[in-house]
Amino acid sequence: MEALFFNVDNGFLEGIVRGYKAGLLTQNQYSNLTQCETIEDFRTQLSATDYGNFLANESLPISTSTIADKATQVLVDQFNFLRSNAVAPLSKFFDYITYAYMIDNVILLITGTLHERNTQELLERCHPLGVFETLPALCVATNVEELYRTALVETPLAPYFRECFSASDLDDLNIEIIRNTLYKAYLEDFYEFCGTLGGPTAEVMQRILAFEADRRSINIAINSFGTELSKERRAELFPSIGRLFPAGNNALARADDVEQVRQACEGVAEYRAFFESGPGSRGRAQNGNDSQAYLLDDNADGLGDSSGAAELEDRFFAHEVHLNKLAFLQQFQYGVFYAYLKLKEQEIRSLTWIAECIAQDARDRIQDYIPTF
Amino acid sequence: MSGAGPRENIFPTRMALTNTKLRLKGAQTGHSLLAKKRDALTTRFRAILRRVDEAKRKMGRVMQLASFSLAEVTYATGDIAYLVQEQAKTATFRVKAKQENVSGVVLPTFEVDRVPGTDFNLTGLGRGGQQVIRAKEVYAKAVETLVELASLQTAFMILDEVIRATNRRVNAIEHVVIPRLENTIKYILSELDEMDREEFFRLKKVQGKKKRDAETAETQRRLLEETQESVDITPELGGGGGDLLSSKDEDVIF
Repeated sequence: MEALFFNVDNGFLEGIVRGYKAGLLTQNQYSNLTQCETIEDFRTQLSATDYGNFLANESLPISTSTIADKATQVLVDQFNFLRSNAVAPLSKFFDYITYAYMIDNVILLITGTLHERNTQELLERCHPLGVFETLPALCVATNVEELYRTALVETPLAPYFRECFSASDLDDLNIEIIRNTLYKAYLEDFYEFCGTLGGPTAEVMQRILAFEADRRSINIAINSFGTELSKERRAELFPSIGRLFPAGNNALARADDVEQVRQACEGVAEYRAFFESGPGSRGRAQNGNDSQAYLLDDNADGLGDSSGAAELEDRFFAHEVHLNKLAFLQQFQYGVFYAYLKLKEQEIRSLTWIAECIAQDARDRIQDYIPTF
Repeated sequence: MSGAGPRENIFPTRMALTNTKLRLKGAQTGHSLLAKKRDALTTRFRAILRRVDEAKRKMGRVMQLASFSLAEVTYATGDIAYLVQEQAKTATFRVKAKQENVSGVVLPTFEVDRVPGTDFNLTGLGRGGQQVIRAKEVYAKAVETLVELASLQTAFMILDEVIRATNRRVNAIEHVVIPRLENTIKYILSELDEMDREEFFRLKKVQGKKKRDAETAETQRRLLEETQESVDITPELGGGGGDLLSSKDEDVIF
């Protein structure tokens, strides 16, 4: 049914986003980029793609962070165009997408304001996708109580704040815990919202969000080993959605090492593959290990864990890209917008990585980006 | 007179000669001691130089790895600089300064003191935490290398300075102090010889004069005797003053 009327409201935007998607870098373009000797070559190569002359006005030498910033700006412009042309409920969907970035920005401002930093500097560091009109109002607050009230009144994140914290929590808790709690509430809310949209949107988006939630759960579990984060707290940070929920999440909450995390993920076939480090697996962690062996031999056991996790991170990225690509296979749904944003972000990450490898002359690692199409 | 080369302005006496000889001996002992010190310092200096070279090469590699691990962090989590900056409250990496004594030279050495645990170990909790931890480890190693290099570099500078000072002293003793003392000794010796010779010559002169005097006295006496013989009787006119010379006093030398 929804296919019948989808194009009335959203056909134009879907057409645009599919056009944007065709502009994503191809494998061929990536391999051209990896052949570059200098950043200057890199820029020339990029100017032949959809990025065009986005770096033309930069003075040499171009830093990798400039490349990332400019590429993000391209993405932001595209996103804002889509957003301003959207009608409900797609506009609501776009709002939800920006909430993730808002969380990061609000957290940044809370941290900065609590330490009485320069407001202007803080606002410059905010992610452009997560900027909203009343964001600077957060900087006015002088104490925690006021900050909490401002967050409740001025930000679209108010429901998440209200559910998760009281004013005193802001002061006591580690800022990372606050961030992850907010993110958990956000993911659950977004998941529910996609459910209300129904149809293929719910199907596509809930698959992606479920993976996102699982990825966060696994990462939080792995990253909290050996920190002051208690297991009860850890369990509270796991989103109550996703394919690992609830049995897998319970197991993750009790896990003490990577091996137990792996067992917790046994139940899901796709996730099981992440933890298998077969000979055919990508050599990133091994490479890193070799080159650093002479440096870090004294904490080899700790490194073994972390390089395994680095590899895991890569596989997560690869799987995310895979899921986002699947979103394009279905028409008449909103998932493409989200998927396009995520793919573009991944592309920017890959570009930054390649540029970084070129700048630092680390040729052996240059292939470790995640291609999109 | 030994006119060649500078000498000390002292009175040439035997006493001064003894003193100067003692001083020369002292200068020679000092010279050999200083030369030994210089050699010891130079050996140390070379060793440090080699280690500085190694450390610099290592630093190059380590810094590269470190900045690359930061690139990995950026890849996985994005910009975390601000969060880390805000959450770091106490230093976990401290540098302690100690002193080391090399042949009387005090060299400062720096030591790393790491406090386990950090303020921001929850950074990247949702994503990329492992990369953050690894980047932290690699950077800690890099800073360790820098500390090592700093301590070597400081030792290098100080040793360089000290070696130069010692070299100056050794050269000064070898080329200024010792020759001057030797010249002084030569001068004193030659002065003393000169005085000996003068003395000898004067004695000779006195002797010659005495001889001459004795001869004149003899001839006069003989003349007197002859005239006395010819005149025979010359009345004694109350005390012959000229006779004072004829009577010779054995004790008087001149």
